[in-house]
Amino acid sequence: MSKVNSLTSGIAAPLDAARSSSDRRHINRLGLLVGLGGITMLFAAFTSAYIVRSGGGDWTALELPPVLWMSTALIVVSSLTLEMARRAFRDRNLASFRSWSAATAALGTGFLVSQYAAWLSLNEAGVYLQSHPKSSFFFVLTGVHAAHLLAGVVALLALFGLAAAGRLVPGRSDAPTLTAIYWHFVGGLWIYLLAVLSLLG
Amino acid sequence: MEHGKQSFVSRYIFSFDHKMIGKQYFTLAMTMGFIGGILAVLIRLQLGFPSKPWPFLENLFPVGMASGIMTPEFYVSLFTMHGTIMVFFLLSLLPVSGFGNFLIPLQIGARDMAFPFLNMLSFWTVVPGAIIIIISFFVEGGAAASGWTAYPPLSAIRSAIPGSDLGQTLWLVGMIFFVASFTMGGLNFVVTILNLRTRGLRMMRMPLTTWAQFVVGILGLLSFPALAAGALLLTFDRSLGTSFFLPAGIFIGDTLMPHEGGTPLLWQHLFWFLGHPEVYIIMLPAMGFTSDILATFCRRPIFGYRSMVYAIGAIGTLSFLVWGHHMFVSGMSPFLGSLFVVTTLAIAIPSAVKAFNWLFTIARARIQFTSASLFGLGVVSLFVTGGLTGIFLGTNAVDIQLHDTYFVVGHFHFIMAGAGLFGAFGAVYYWYPKMFGRMLSERLGKIHFWITFVAYYAVFFPMHYLGVSGMMRRIYDPNVYEYLQPLQPVNLFITIAAFVLFAGQLIFIYNYFASMARGKPATENPWNAAGLEWSTPPHPGHGNWEGEIPDAHRWPYDYSEPGKKRDFTPQWEA
Repeated sequence: MSKVNSLTSGIAAPLDAARSSSDRRHINRLGLLVGLGGITMLFAAFTSAYIVRSGGGDWTALELPPVLWMSTALIVVSSLTLEMARRAFRDRNLASFRSWSAATAALGTGFLVSQYAAWLSLNEAGVYLQSHPKSSFFFVLTGVHAAHLLAGVVALLALFGLAAAGRLVPGRSDAPTLTAIYWHFVGGLWIYLLAVLSLLG
Repeated sequence: MEHGKQSFVSRYIFSFDHKMIGKQYFTLAMTMGFIGGILAVLIRLQLGFPSKPWPFLENLFPVGMASGIMTPEFYVSLFTMHGTIMVFFLLSLLPVSGFGNFLIPLQIGARDMAFPFLNMLSFWTVVPGAIIIIISFFVEGGAAASGWTAYPPLSAIRSAIPGSDLGQTLWLVGMIFFVASFTMGGLNFVVTILNLRTRGLRMMRMPLTTWAQFVVGILGLLSFPALAAGALLLTFDRSLGTSFFLPAGIFIGDTLMPHEGGTPLLWQHLFWFLGHPEVYIIMLPAMGFTSDILATFCRRPIFGYRSMVYAIGAIGTLSFLVWGHHMFVSGMSPFLGSLFVVTTLAIAIPSAVKAFNWLFTIARARIQFTSASLFGLGVVSLFVTGGLTGIFLGTNAVDIQLHDTYFVVGHFHFIMAGAGLFGAFGAVYYWYPKMFGRMLSERLGKIHFWITFVAYYAVFFPMHYLGVSGMMRRIYDPNVYEYLQPLQPVNLFITIAAFVLFAGQLIFIYNYFASMARGKPATENPWNAAGLEWSTPPHPGHGNWEGEIPDAHRWPYDYSEPGKKRDFTPQWEA
């Protein structure tokens, strides 16, 4: 049955031969966007809980640790390096692509370390998860965000590994763009969370 | 198809085939539904014969039924888990995950779902969730006991009641698995329906079942994350000493809890932001099945197709704006309450559109009374009954009187549980030939319908009277109140009817499994239905169509066109 391809591979959408690879690209991107919609709702729910809870009488201001600015700088730069990686991929320069995606993964890891440093510095100042509502939200929001960013780092490492194994074909493979969409989203999510944490309550 | 030789594991366990995954969901949901039904029988046992000893039950639940008498703690766990299992693991898994996966690719002309691997993963994510939920009955302290809504502080303080401890933790873990699985499934639904429709199948030519699943996918994706957020915050409150939901001044026994400043209402908002759309996640597929079934067996085009689609969309949209009607007695501002009354009553408009369209489809049709169409008509009946009581409860002035009484129990067992369940039954009778290549026994099906229909009304209709008379929703023994004692005969009647209802389902289970082996072999299109799914072979393989996927030349409701020789024109014929 030559009309049916990739039914057995299963990961990607099974399409008839009449469908083009741009269809498949469209499907994968749409799937990612819909998934990001779900993540958006998760953080929207956290935000509304944050706003409701900040109306409580025991709400206490929290001095955000300055190391968060380093986190922010790292994540912004990492989005730029990932765009460099994508450009290299488009130009079929796989060596350069590997370097840029490795650099992005390193910056992402740096972000996670920097976030952890922020937790430690709060702990040193005697602020813990259960200290007061704002600190609770701080640890929960940064923690859940870090878990999502960690997934992005794993995706970047997988990308690097696929490129090293010669499994990524410029002009055909859409994985770099999918990873980039997710990465920019999670980066943007951090900027949003920082704005919530510093401007609201 | 080049993958005829598959191992047992890749074919029946870690299958990528949407039809096999759909059937796996079926098996899981029916197992869970059976357990949920047993819990209901135990609940009715206590209410029909308060505190009577049943020594044989001690063997199964040595703590909860010590010396055969049900403890109040066990009773509370029973209705909590009955609600949880039925709402999530039966009524969401069967119509949505089961039928959605099975039917969407068949109805839109696709080889499989958009992301088959994710599909397999989503099934194997919900299985551990279901196992954890069941196991929680047998741990120290018993299963969760804070209601299916898990309101704090009962759900948030581990020492509050026995079920608040390990049982509640397992409840939360199980629900997180469920949410993860369900959102993966919703993602797959939306992308598949938007992208994999066969040539000619415009959105406005899709069967209403697929339309319903499409909106359900969106609802699940947008609403379940709110429950995930709430469950995470609740876990922190329970285990790590935060105070998201817990106010100051809670005593457990003589111990003052260290929490302060939190608000239990926050949980209610997060929960019902999911909880209300969840009701429509259950209802919309049943509405879709009913539309498809009634059109086929009335040999009529569904009346007002376009308005049906808009109604599904309107119900989906409004379902996000009404969660406050579950909280009228929580002390919310009456002004805010009035807004929720308006949005709630607004849902009556698209709901009435659907009910009237079904009635116009039925009206003066020569209905073929099959098991499927009987259950379809049952949906219309239950939906109207439950919808009318919904108007009472949606009005805050009335709801404040009826809140947390058996009136509410009666109401939601009609509209959500009953209509959802009848829709699913109708769908099984209708699509079984495509699932197993054989027909279900129509004779057993009709007996099943009449027992279920009559017993269902007998169980749940009198509950409205109990509620108006003041019987509380979660009461363990109504006889402790003198004014409820005269109602005991009604409770006994309901209990007997509930046993009949449960026994009737055994007929269905027998029919379902026996027909797999011994049913009459099905033809390609046993009902002479017009939908695209009936163009597949009686037992479609992986890939669904052996040759090319047929094009869709029309909508799936071309029945009894004047001047045509046949009384239907299949969707795949030009």
